[in-house]
Amino acid sequence: MRRYFGRKALIYLLTFFVAVTLNWMIPRFMVGDPVLRMLTRSSVSNPDAVAPMRDYYERVFGLDRPIWQQYLNYWVELFKGNLGVSVSLFPAKVTDVILDAVPYTLGLLIPAILLSWYAGNKIGALAARRKWLDNTALPLGYLLTATPYMWLAILLGWSLGIVAGLFPIAGGYDFDLQPAWSWPFVSSLLSHWFLPFLSLFLVAFGGWAIGMRNMIIYELEADYASYLESLGAPRRLVRRYAFRNAMLPQLTGLALQLGVLVAGALVTEMVFGYPGLGRLILTAIQNQDYFLIQGTFLFIVIGVLLANFIVDIVTVLVDPRTRTGMQGGTA
Amino acid sequence: MTDLDPDVRAPGAIAAEATAPASTTAPAAPSPAAASPRRRMGEALYFALRNRKVVGGLTVVLAFAVLGLVAPLLSDHGPNEYVGPAAAPPSGEYWLGTTTFGQDVFLQFAHGIRSTFVAGVLGGGIAALVGMSIGFVAGYRGGLVDEALNMLTNVVLVLPALAVLILLHSYIGIDTVVEQSVFIGLFSWPWVARAIRAQTFSLRSREFVDLARLSGLRSSTIIRREIAPNMSSYLVMTFILLFGGAVLFAATLDFIGLGPTESVSLGLMMNNAVHWSALHLGLWWWFVPPGLAITAIVGSLYLMNVGLDEVFNPKLREM
Repeated sequence: MRRYFGRKALIYLLTFFVAVTLNWMIPRFMVGDPVLRMLTRSSVSNPDAVAPMRDYYERVFGLDRPIWQQYLNYWVELFKGNLGVSVSLFPAKVTDVILDAVPYTLGLLIPAILLSWYAGNKIGALAARRKWLDNTALPLGYLLTATPYMWLAILLGWSLGIVAGLFPIAGGYDFDLQPAWSWPFVSSLLSHWFLPFLSLFLVAFGGWAIGMRNMIIYELEADYASYLESLGAPRRLVRRYAFRNAMLPQLTGLALQLGVLVAGALVTEMVFGYPGLGRLILTAIQNQDYFLIQGTFLFIVIGVLLANFIVDIVTVLVDPRTRTGMQGGTA
Repeated sequence: MTDLDPDVRAPGAIAAEATAPASTTAPAAPSPAAASPRRRMGEALYFALRNRKVVGGLTVVLAFAVLGLVAPLLSDHGPNEYVGPAAAPPSGEYWLGTTTFGQDVFLQFAHGIRSTFVAGVLGGGIAALVGMSIGFVAGYRGGLVDEALNMLTNVVLVLPALAVLILLHSYIGIDTVVEQSVFIGLFSWPWVARAIRAQTFSLRSREFVDLARLSGLRSSTIIRREIAPNMSSYLVMTFILLFGGAVLFAATLDFIGLGPTESVSLGLMMNNAVHWSALHLGLWWWFVPPGLAITAIVGSLYLMNVGLDEVFNPKLREM
């Protein structure tokens, strides 16, 4: 188990290192003096932003110093939590801006991921044993996973939001409300949350249902299943073993799908103008607010790494092989 | 036998999961070719052409490909030109209506399908090439090379690709669909490398590979002539999944507004529709067709994959 976690931790640390290095390196791909170029490019709209930006750049880039020292400086500023100042939302700090948006994204993602995974597995397992359900659920599942996230979001927003008028389709809550723990605010929050959640849930659900259905069918063909059946074990028991075995790949699948799910959440937020990281990225891109883009990038990477780590812990709890340091641990 | 099962299952399962949007049944572990390659190909073709899923999926994909190729040629206008009345619903003259600016939606749509196919073929192709090379080398060589490549694969695997591409694109800025596809390809190969590595691993100690090694063939030749043909069916299906993945990926980037600046794409059409409030104005012909086309193309690719699985894996054939 220690080996398993050691390996995983090494991979995550390395990934974080690569991400930070990318973040530091990419501005250097641009030709010419990056400081000057960014100053002229992004601060036209806001003259006040020039001084702090120049200040930050000098500290982080310090272009007169040797490369390794510049790189080191970048790490130092990073650990101080200093990701620079947002240009489009001057004088807010990038870290603060992002921390304001993160709860909305998590509030969408976590329920959507967990519920779609749970429901997908259940329906998928059911579909594997009922012909009629298989014939309806399978095509639907393939259709859903082939749907681009933003298109489903657009369709739901248009049909349920505008044509039917059931749900609001812009923002995270009504514009005339102030965030507070009051009933009008919470209900407004929920009604704005529902459509983005639904579209994320549906697309992800299709993938899990298909995966589970295929895994179960595969498991039922395995030797242990036929052996159990030939011993006269009740079908329910065989199914239960198959389900437990099929769960594991679904769990690793969850870890592998995290990046795609986050991407889905980002574009869904963009469609609904939901005030999470997705909308933040969109405004950052439109305003060429590079600090904000870089900061969001780092936050997303950290989030995905943490989520991966959680999945690893769950895998250890569920899969006895990882505990004894056998096969599962090498993945 | 039970000891072997997780090993044998792993590659297919991982592949199926990695593309959860795309998961199909895990192809069974490759078995050494019994018949000659040509006969096997002929047999696969025979069954493929009689499989409704393969034929149906292929028909839809080809129909879109032809539409993308031919339709832009029939018009002498560019996709972004203002040709008609503003916000007109579909009619005989403008098959899919016009945008709020009077651009022909059908023309944009046809051009968009063109870029979609470029992104799919090129992005999927590059990802397949990189993933297969790394997978084959890591699995065949083993040892330190394997460790290093495996580490690389795992790092790229957990790195959220879209976030990286957002960062890259916003700084570098890309102009053409080709550039975009290259970037997409370079970040979507890891699950392929993992799956192929595992399969190569189980093949490399078989007798026929030993024999090839004894007869002094070079490693690259052994991989190409002895190992790859034994998972050719798997490779074909991998490419199809990567194709679909790249199409979705490109659409996402285009929708964010980080797509190629020089051409029209289906994602960009949706972006424009949302941006110019087509939803509120009820211009459904502007945002429904692009998404529908992507869903149809990717869905047909997945369907083809399920069908091909039945073709290559006789156990699944419904005869």
